[in-house]
Amino acid sequence: MNVAGGTTMAIETRGLGKRFGSTWALQDCTVCVPRGRVSALVGPNGAGKTTLIRLLVGLRAPSAGQALVLGRQPRQSKEFLASVGYLAQEAPLYKRLTADEHLDLGAHLNLRWDKVVATDRLRALQIPLDRPVGTLSGGQRSQVALGLALAKRPEVLLLDEPVAALDPLARQAFLSSLAEAVAGGELTVVLSSHLLHDLERVCDHVILLAASRAQLCDDIEVVLESHKCLVGPRW
Amino acid sequence: MVIYMTSEILGRTLSFQLSFSSGVPAYLQIVQQVEQALRMGALKAGDRLPTVKEVASEVAINPNTVVKAYRELEVQGLIEGRQGIGTFAVRPPSGPPPSTQLRLARSLDRWVRAARNAGLDEAAIDALMRSALQGRSKEGAA
Repeated sequence: MNVAGGTTMAIETRGLGKRFGSTWALQDCTVCVPRGRVSALVGPNGAGKTTLIRLLVGLRAPSAGQALVLGRQPRQSKEFLASVGYLAQEAPLYKRLTADEHLDLGAHLNLRWDKVVATDRLRALQIPLDRPVGTLSGGQRSQVALGLALAKRPEVLLLDEPVAALDPLARQAFLSSLAEAVAGGELTVVLSSHLLHDLERVCDHVILLAASRAQLCDDIEVVLESHKCLVGPRW
Repeated sequence: MVIYMTSEILGRTLSFQLSFSSGVPAYLQIVQQVEQALRMGALKAGDRLPTVKEVASEVAINPNTVVKAYRELEVQGLIEGRQGIGTFAVRPPSGPPPSTQLRLARSLDRWVRAARNAGLDEAAIDALMRSALQGRSKEGAA
């Protein structure tokens, strides 16, 4: 197996923290995600999920500690971003551009770009490539956004609440596309969401954030084996 | 309960129906459903199973879950992965032949239909089924 920086970890953070003014949005966060995992990033609102993802993609600089993605420090450079895909919460797209134009744009802005595969994928989902994405449904837009994120064949894909705004059928379609992409090759995914049932299906690893700190980080199987839920009367 | 199933794959209808509220791990549901397909003769020796990618994408689950299920079935000797070609059915689990299984399944179908016609809902049928199973195990123990 090809391992970057001599590590089998796709993501590794040590004591990572981010402070906004006097408030720590994320504190002393030490987590790691092995390659090939689909990791569920869970926690209540304001726990630091979005902050962690932004630090991992280099959109924010840490106030403390260190993050390594594929053995490298995240920063907004072509080389680093070539292997990292990121989908922000609101799936930002240019409303007036068509899916096809988005794909052409991506081809110009990225070192690695697989337009043929991306086009085929969107066609298979029967998404119109020639209409402004602003006129597509929420589910279709999120598929276009995922298609763009996958088109550069990233090794690490960071998704911030990608299915929050979708109805159950569109969610199913989105997760099915994601599962197919993971099955297709060496791809590590971190996926933040509140929809635990969806996460249970597609994820095999979990990072739990609460009160700006990482409370748990492990394979879901290990977590389930070492935790018990007892139901009984309260004393 | 939400059920997701794979559609027709390779002209055959091996469809996985996974329930995520049953408490049974997804990989185990796949193992059980392949075993059942082999038992009932829906999957015969030499038949190709859907690929990991096909199952993962159709049912929207983690591919490793499918890999785990297939590995377990392989250890049991029920299926066999052939490098670069696919995964194939080898033999049914031990037990009565498919004809017996089919006969029993049909008579149970008839019974369930009769129970429904008599006005029993799913919970009532389930309760009867449980008590019948328990009654039998008590007899076995006596």
